[in-house]
Amino acid sequence: MAVLETVIGLEVHVELGTRTKIFCSCATEFGAPPNSHVCPVCLGSPGALPVLNEQALALGVRAALALNCRVPAESKFDRKNYFYPDSPKAYQISQYDEPIGQHGFVEIVVGGEKKRIGVTRVHLEEDAGKLNHSPYGDVSLVDLNRVGIPLIEIVSEPDIRSAEEARLYLEEIRSIMQYCLVSECRMEEGSLRCDANISLRPMGQREFGTKTEIKNMNSFRNVQRGLEYEQERQAAMLARGESVAQQTLRWDEATGATLLMRSKEDAHDYRYFPDPDLPRILLSAAYIEARRGEIPELPARKRERFEREYGLPAYDAGVLTASRELAEYFDQTAQRVRDPKSASNWIMGELLANLKAAALLIDEIQVTPLALADLIGLIEDGTISAKIAKTLLKDMLDTGKDAKTLIAEQGLVQISDEGELRAVAERVLAANRKSVDDYRAGKEKALGSLVGQMMKETKGKANPQIVNRVLLELISGRE
Amino acid sequence: MDFFSSLRELHTGLTRRETTASELLDWSLQRIAAVDDRVRAFLHVSAPRGDSDRRMGADIAADRMLAGIPYALKDNMCTRGIETTCASHILKGYIPPYSATVVERLDDAGAALVGKLNMDEFAMGSSTENSGFFPTRNPWDLERVPGGSSGGAAAAVASGMVPFALGSDTGGSIRQPAAFCGVVGLKPSYGLVSRFGLVAFASSLDQIGPLTHTVEDAAIVLQAIAGKDGRDSTSAHIQTPDYRAALTGDIRGLRIGIAEEYFGPSVDAGVRGTVMKAVALLEQLGAVVSPISLPHTEYALSAYYLIAPAEASSNLARYDGVRYGFRAVDAENLMDMYEKTRSAGFGPEVKRRILIGTYALSAGYYDEYYKRAQQVRTLIRQDFERAFADVDVIVSPTAPTTAFRLGEKVLDPLTMYLSDICTVPVNLAGLPAISVPCGLIEGLPVGLQMIGRMFDEETLLRAAHAYEQAAGMAPLRPELAMEVKA
Repeated sequence: MAVLETVIGLEVHVELGTRTKIFCSCATEFGAPPNSHVCPVCLGSPGALPVLNEQALALGVRAALALNCRVPAESKFDRKNYFYPDSPKAYQISQYDEPIGQHGFVEIVVGGEKKRIGVTRVHLEEDAGKLNHSPYGDVSLVDLNRVGIPLIEIVSEPDIRSAEEARLYLEEIRSIMQYCLVSECRMEEGSLRCDANISLRPMGQREFGTKTEIKNMNSFRNVQRGLEYEQERQAAMLARGESVAQQTLRWDEATGATLLMRSKEDAHDYRYFPDPDLPRILLSAAYIEARRGEIPELPARKRERFEREYGLPAYDAGVLTASRELAEYFDQTAQRVRDPKSASNWIMGELLANLKAAALLIDEIQVTPLALADLIGLIEDGTISAKIAKTLLKDMLDTGKDAKTLIAEQGLVQISDEGELRAVAERVLAANRKSVDDYRAGKEKALGSLVGQMMKETKGKANPQIVNRVLLELISGRE
Repeated sequence: MDFFSSLRELHTGLTRRETTASELLDWSLQRIAAVDDRVRAFLHVSAPRGDSDRRMGADIAADRMLAGIPYALKDNMCTRGIETTCASHILKGYIPPYSATVVERLDDAGAALVGKLNMDEFAMGSSTENSGFFPTRNPWDLERVPGGSSGGAAAAVASGMVPFALGSDTGGSIRQPAAFCGVVGLKPSYGLVSRFGLVAFASSLDQIGPLTHTVEDAAIVLQAIAGKDGRDSTSAHIQTPDYRAALTGDIRGLRIGIAEEYFGPSVDAGVRGTVMKAVALLEQLGAVVSPISLPHTEYALSAYYLIAPAEASSNLARYDGVRYGFRAVDAENLMDMYEKTRSAGFGPEVKRRILIGTYALSAGYYDEYYKRAQQVRTLIRQDFERAFADVDVIVSPTAPTTAFRLGEKVLDPLTMYLSDICTVPVNLAGLPAISVPCGLIEGLPVGLQMIGRMFDEETLLRAAHAYEQAAGMAPLRPELAMEVKA
């Protein structure tokens, strides 16, 4: 049996962060009581007509450009016809053959190597409603709040070769969309959704194998798990000499398996045709350039710059660029400290740990990048020890006060005066003869206990380097 | 003043306090009570609620031509709180939560809605026999159809039940019934009047317009309903001119085109003769008449009967029994509910068009049918563009025959479709057109169609008005109108 190659393409839906729906002025707020954000337009009441939300168009174009797509001067909306209670007009307004974004790509880093995943198209469309299958009996309840929420669908080329790459691609999309302020991309709220097409073929073969489509993978982890499962399922079938059937499958998180939703024979004919209620979308060059101007430095470029400009390891650059806010926070901190790596260490280590513990986001805290840079500066110039700094950072997060104020309030300035520390050291050595003897007997650990005593005596303010040196000098001098 | 008074006469009566808004309303309601059991134009009579006289009387002013004037609406325009059915069982009991833009505008103008009018179901038909409820009869001969699909609107105005009504025109649905009933019917340029609240049949063709006794009345109503509406993306950014000011009576030098394609063998000889007499009168008034060619006319019906059903198949898909209107009760599952609801809720003509349209849009047939039809549509539009380089108005019969008998064509859809042959190309091109009465043949009215340039309603109305004044036949009064005195 030949070695198999996995071929994956993703269809990613991203809800655009507009205040109102794409074709009416109902609110897009998540979690409202069922059917409270609806009107004749999104309910598809007889006679109601759609009017395009300019903001949705602007965000869609911005997103397409951020994904390196060509945005044509003309595009149009089409109707995708199907009967289902989640679709009150029995058609979805979408874009069929003239989408707003065409021929783009996304760059991911796989095992330290850069890889381009082609983006076939980005199109604008409206979301459908939600069906809740009632626990109280044989009924389904229709909630149409979500109908008409603006979406873009991002269709990738079949360039993805593993479940891991799929996850990385999806994470990169999320990151780009968040950087551009196109969407919050919360998978748990459904504002980022992902369907995947996956097939296997013998390595080196050009033709694609028969694909299956997997739906309902509602977290980054599930995307990877679902695809890994399906890859193994297909590989096992092929190994048994069976052929893969073209099917739509549903990922079931509970059982960790894909289940059949429908087979190819049940495929819809959506009877797409241009929506006569909406004029063609005409975009001037100036309009497109204005949207391009709204795109900030994107994560891939930022990662490169952080590595180049601040000399960060790839890992640090990756973590720090995961969100735009975090990257900006680091950027501003790093510019104000002598060693950017120390800024990286403090942010990735202490700061993120504190945020996680307090369930806060980086843009919700009281410590500004300037304040953090000042704190790091105080360590760098020996004013305080790293240990004190950790305590201080907690206090800063709690109180919003800056490091200098807290140091003054708490009298925490580091003791670096050698004479003062020598006096303390002599007291400590006199009171801990046994440790001194142990150290001389070759128990290196005993020194640590002596340092600890020094810190205790100085309430942690002693400069650790000087403490070490002074202790060693005094011990060896006492022989 | 009587049932056939023009809007200007009624308005004058109101401003001079010779009558009142509530008196006009009573007239209208009494007239409906007296004749509608025979004509059957109304699906629903709904007198304005509250003390209408004080409300309506207060805003009667010289510049408010429609204040205090009763009117009725084809039942495919949404009226908040008032049942709107499109003459279909599938919408029986449907009460819209909002009013169409045209209704709001007429409300603002002070006009008083007296009821909703019968029509071919979802505006699909040319005789009003496709109403899901009952056929409407032609006031000129109760054994004949009033035309369609706005047959209720034409019959209501022709029999003096309301001084004006709004209809909708997708392929001739205002003009053909206006011709059959001897009233004026105007289809404005596509985009001039908002479609918001008009229950869609074929969105790229539908347009709302007035049915009235005179051309001036049509101008007055158009003035009230035309203009950009932010709720309809296809509504045009047009600064609406003063349409009445365009009615100068002077058409000297106006260039009128006669297209041979509109006088083909399907056009009844009597109709042709009557229309040619009208053309001669226009010439006497100083218009310059010349022959033109609209060579793709013969393909218009085929293109229309693909595009309109294709759009309809999608527009009517929402009537699925889930949210409003009729729902079949004995369904076993969702699919079964859809099938039973739609099978029982729609009439045969609507089903026929949904099937045709669904087929035309299906994978593998789209290019051959829908796309091809759109290409034909472009050719037809170009025909008109070329013609309008040389002429200002194109004149033709509105319909190839006078009103036919009930039942005469209802079982033969293709023959029925042919009655739209002169009107359909106009919708495909989006142009404005008007039908004005131009004579009677054996006691039945004949309509003269005039077609204008895109958004040039002024020239169109000026030509129609000049003809109407010179011909001296507006308004025509059917015998029925003479029986009951006001």
